[in-house]
Amino acid sequence: MIEVDVRKKVGAFSLDVAFANGAGITALFGQSGSGKSLTLGIIAGLMKPDEGFVRLEGEALVDTERKIFVPVSRRRIGLVFQDSNLFPHLSVKQNLLYGRWFAPRGERRIDFDAVVETLGIGKLISRSPTRLSGGERQRVAIGRALLSCPRLLLLDEPLAALDMQRKLEILPLIERVRDEFDVPIVYVSHAVEEVARLAACVVIVDGGRVKFVGDPAEAFNRLAHMPATNRFDRSSVLMASVDETSPAYGLTKLKHQSGTMWIKGSAGPSGSLARVIVKATDVILSLVPPHEISARSVLHGRVANIQIEGPIATIEIELKEDGPLLATITKGALEDLALKRGSQVYALFKTAALDERSIDVANAWGD
Amino acid sequence: MNDISSAGFFELSPAEWTAIRLSLRIATVATLASLPFGIATAYALARCQFPGKTLVNGIVHLPLVLPPVVTGFVLLILLGRKGVFGPSLAQIGIVFSFRWTGAAVACAVMGFPLMVRAMRLSFEAIDRRLELASETLGASRLWTFFLVNLPLAVPGIIVGAILAFAKALGEFGATITFVSNIPGETQTISAAIYSYTQVPGGDEGAMRLTIVAVFIALSALVASEIIQWRAQKRLGNIG
Repeated sequence: MIEVDVRKKVGAFSLDVAFANGAGITALFGQSGSGKSLTLGIIAGLMKPDEGFVRLEGEALVDTERKIFVPVSRRRIGLVFQDSNLFPHLSVKQNLLYGRWFAPRGERRIDFDAVVETLGIGKLISRSPTRLSGGERQRVAIGRALLSCPRLLLLDEPLAALDMQRKLEILPLIERVRDEFDVPIVYVSHAVEEVARLAACVVIVDGGRVKFVGDPAEAFNRLAHMPATNRFDRSSVLMASVDETSPAYGLTKLKHQSGTMWIKGSAGPSGSLARVIVKATDVILSLVPPHEISARSVLHGRVANIQIEGPIATIEIELKEDGPLLATITKGALEDLALKRGSQVYALFKTAALDERSIDVANAWGD
Repeated sequence: MNDISSAGFFELSPAEWTAIRLSLRIATVATLASLPFGIATAYALARCQFPGKTLVNGIVHLPLVLPPVVTGFVLLILLGRKGVFGPSLAQIGIVFSFRWTGAAVACAVMGFPLMVRAMRLSFEAIDRRLELASETLGASRLWTFFLVNLPLAVPGIIVGAILAFAKALGEFGATITFVSNIPGETQTISAAIYSYTQVPGGDEGAMRLTIVAVFIALSALVASEIIQWRAQKRLGNIG
């Protein structure tokens, strides 16, 4: 477990954050400039806080009061950057084994073959990192950090430099790493989909302060109410159970207490739980049960709150036994539908709007 | 220049061979001996912050801007038989004055700024995040230097060494001031050419040694190009 409680001033920016992580993946979520990367740098030991402490498994890595500062190389914290930073003069294999060589002999608990197998990098072993694609490089970088047998793995926007296809390839690998190698992970990102899918716990950082610590669904609901958040980033996280798959159409039907949703692809066995992230801008509202319309996912709920910002209104819809669903519509539409608190509405969204990152099947929260 | 086309023109005399061998030995020793210091200085200037950094940088570059004769004279004052450090060095058996080792010292000092400049640029070009990556993987600063910085700076180190070697081959002013021009001991190709030009009919010998000097310098340059090209290819910067 990592405990962080630090303050640091950099120019006009002041950072003052405190949080602790649990098992699985903890996400540090925030816009760029929010201070999340600075926090990560302090944990890794790349910079010193003005004041405060960082403790890993109870051991102080930095403690300004006790004048402790453990240098980067002795912290045994794996760090994966946005651009993989593989050593260009070494082969992929030498890159992978680099950190392992420095790990104390008794602590080399992570098996080389298992990592290579999990990350699917067996074929790349003898190549030069300069001959790898972006996605391959990032996989090797994750493997390299993992093989140093770290006590904590820090992933700093590891997917940010990749295109959508590569992101979709690597996301499940990070899940496998989380599940197979018992290493606590702190994942820094500003991508809602990644955080909602991977994280067991979300720490929202904004303006150098921690605004929220808790589970992802609650985090994103909270986020929707933050004025600093771009309204196009607002999303809701819904829980649903897999009902049936229809292989002929390549679709899966999800059952929600308030209706049904359809998603692309298969989503595991019937009855398993899935997390679905719906962007507020992808939701259409209707006052009557929709028919003769192409949107396949319909949820029924009650308007709980309306928030107006200029020409745009954000509607919070209360669903049965789940967090609210957010929808952004124009002020004109709001008036035409005469929506007010307590109105019954049908929320529709296109199956095509849910990208694969929006759905996480294997990992229902709490595990 | 009356006999250039005669059969004997390209036959080097024993004295000329001696000058060539001596030049190569002095340049090689000067380059190899200053290499570790050059690398350490270049790395320190590129990566470390320490008080007096500007002063160190200035001193390193001084031989580049001073007249070589002045550098030679300073060496004489410091390391000469009656110099500041000369007598104490002589007690432990190290004598530089009027020895080929003294010529090597003069060449090393003159080549040092060129060597450090090339190496420093190479160290500065290394992505700092690679060093950070190395440290987060458990390597100390020292290990990181040997496993990351040094191998990645190899092209620059080679260029620096070749420049220093070429400078050592051509060095004249500081060497002749510090250790004089003694055939078989301190008479390098440059000094030999100078001697030839000072005697009547010496032009032919001077021309022969000039051709040799051009040949050696070109070989060194070609070798450095090849080595650099290979190193860069390995690092994936080209093709």
